[in-house]
Amino acid sequence: MADFLQHIINGIATGTIYALVALGYTMVYGVLKLINFAHGDVMMVGAYVGYATALKMGPGTRTSFLGAVVVFLMSMACCAILGFLIERLAYRPLREKPRLTSLITAIGISFTLEYGFQLDIGFLPGAAPRAFPEIIVPTEWLIIGDRDVVLWNWQVLSFAIAVALMLVLQYLVFKTRFGRAMRAVSFDHRIAALMGIPTDRVIAITFMLGSGLAAGAGILYAIKDTIVQPLMGLYVGLKAFVAAVIGGIGHVPGAMVGALLLGLVEEFVVGYTSSTWRDAVAFGFLILVLLLRPEGLFGRVTAEKV
Amino acid sequence: MRALSFALALALGFLTIGCEKKNDQGESSARSGGTPPPPQATGTSGASGNTNAPGAPSGGSPASDSDVILLGEVGSLTGSEATFGISTRDGIELAIKEANEAGGVKGKKVAVRVYDDQGKPEEAANAVTRLISQDRVKLVLGEVASSNSLAMAPKCQSGQVPMITPSSTNPKVTAVGDYIFRVCFIDPFQGFVMAKFAKENLKFSRAAVLKDVKSAYSLGLTEVFTHKFTEMGGKIVGVEAYSKGDSDFRAQLTAIKTQKPDAIYVPGYYTDVGIIARQAREIGIKVPLLGGDGWDSEKLWELGGSAIVGSYFSNHYSPDDPSPRVRTFLSKYKAAYGGIPDSLAALGYDAANVAINAMKQAPDLSGPSVRAALAQTKDFPGVAGTITLDENRNPVKPAVVLEVGSGKNKYVATISP
Repeated sequence: MADFLQHIINGIATGTIYALVALGYTMVYGVLKLINFAHGDVMMVGAYVGYATALKMGPGTRTSFLGAVVVFLMSMACCAILGFLIERLAYRPLREKPRLTSLITAIGISFTLEYGFQLDIGFLPGAAPRAFPEIIVPTEWLIIGDRDVVLWNWQVLSFAIAVALMLVLQYLVFKTRFGRAMRAVSFDHRIAALMGIPTDRVIAITFMLGSGLAAGAGILYAIKDTIVQPLMGLYVGLKAFVAAVIGGIGHVPGAMVGALLLGLVEEFVVGYTSSTWRDAVAFGFLILVLLLRPEGLFGRVTAEKV
Repeated sequence: MRALSFALALALGFLTIGCEKKNDQGESSARSGGTPPPPQATGTSGASGNTNAPGAPSGGSPASDSDVILLGEVGSLTGSEATFGISTRDGIELAIKEANEAGGVKGKKVAVRVYDDQGKPEEAANAVTRLISQDRVKLVLGEVASSNSLAMAPKCQSGQVPMITPSSTNPKVTAVGDYIFRVCFIDPFQGFVMAKFAKENLKFSRAAVLKDVKSAYSLGLTEVFTHKFTEMGGKIVGVEAYSKGDSDFRAQLTAIKTQKPDAIYVPGYYTDVGIIARQAREIGIKVPLLGGDGWDSEKLWELGGSAIVGSYFSNHYSPDDPSPRVRTFLSKYKAAYGGIPDSLAALGYDAANVAINAMKQAPDLSGPSVRAALAQTKDFPGVAGTITLDENRNPVKPAVVLEVGSGKNKYVATISP
């Protein structure tokens, strides 16, 4: 029983990270119908910016509340800028081209970031994994028995942050003027432009928001797994994409639910069978969902415009 | 239309540049297959080892025409096992520098060309193909990781180029053929050492195993440890697996925890081990971890922090060894690189010295002659133990067990075959 509870805690912690990354995927897809494969790598960049900022601060300041907030804000700001640049330089020139062109470009950006960060020149860190400095002093929140089940403060914090961000996003999309513009662009960006909506600006801001979210996820991921490495975004990105599709891509709470489900499924597969089955089951789960509900758990069926 | 013609012009431009580049490297690049890693050549130029050579010598002209004997090395200079490749390279360079200062081999200077494989078997295979077919090296040194050595060995065997792996402990590596040698002990022995140490010195009777299913090294150690530990009367209470690249091991560790083992055998590499140690402590596992020589890196402390302190691993040598051979090596290494060499550096040094010794003994530098001389290696005074190669081209020598301390490993025991 104790191990079952511990598995649930671990699974939700993993799912939380997937959720934050999946939110960014879903948002960009919702607006642009573009699967931004570089999203996981933006997360990696966010983790590295957080790593560098935390190292600059030194051990005293970075563990303070203010220090941790600065690490998060710094990393989110840098990634927002990165997201803006990626959109401006790589995706916008291709917006009127076939969608496949953008998709391939996204894969190109992804590789550029993954392998660029393995270089050892100037500010680039090199390929070796680095231990992520503690920006939240880990303390146990809950201990059952002789450390049979342990729940840490950062696990609770990550989950709270993920839920809060999801609610903020949901509010932003459905309750604000900007959200209405986003939905209009998502519906048809040419018509939206004719109606006087600054499509370029809306898309750029969407990218910046998504990348900022990814940066937050990157730091939480680095806190969870205690390291940063250039390829950390690869699998998380893929899994988050799967989670977004399971939840119904384009649907914000759906991404969250899909991610938590995926995290738990993976955890139980590894815990009770073997880790070699993990990815097979994760992707099998995706196939199953797509067969039974092609639009995802929460997605809406849309008629393809011809 | 204008856009199209512009794109066409651009494409033509790229094509021209591409062609020029190709001509630059000569026909050789076509032969190497795949994208070869950037070359690094060192040796006669100095010990720092960071001078980037402007490219391979133009293909076709065998290196034996010049007055330099070119050796090849493949190592993980970047990637998650980067310290392995870098330490080995430093050890090899030290040995070659000494040999050149002592007059070289057969009146010629020795140089080594190093290619980075990023710790990936496919890159290692590409790199060794390039060393053999393009650089025409006389002998190949490397790799550290058994999976990478296994990717390289068939190419050396079929090319009749002797290969010495400094520290691949998987038995299959030298079993590839009679051109493949090593200067370290093999996995069955390392697994035996830890099983014996756990059972007899630590008096443990219940052990769990956490293995890397993508690593030949990890699987080899696991197999022997499990077998020997059971044979000595111990019980393996759980076997869990992970794959290289994972960074969340909590699910496996939670499953292991319920089995209440006395120790967990983690025959992985230092990056994974550091993270595993942290996560084990986090979910409330207090027992020590046990491991093999894959733990040997300064990075273990950075990644594992205080969580790894108090765990044990088997290794090739200890810098605390008082023998004069080790003391001289330590002082030379310190003078050249300013640090304490890990066992990878010691084995790299040994491998290069064994190679140089064999080339001196061999009547000529052709592959078969050097191979024959290598096979005769007997009582060679290596830093990490005296090397006598058996008929399977594996040395027989004792291992040490070290306890991980904070910032320094403590010598605990020597276990002989």
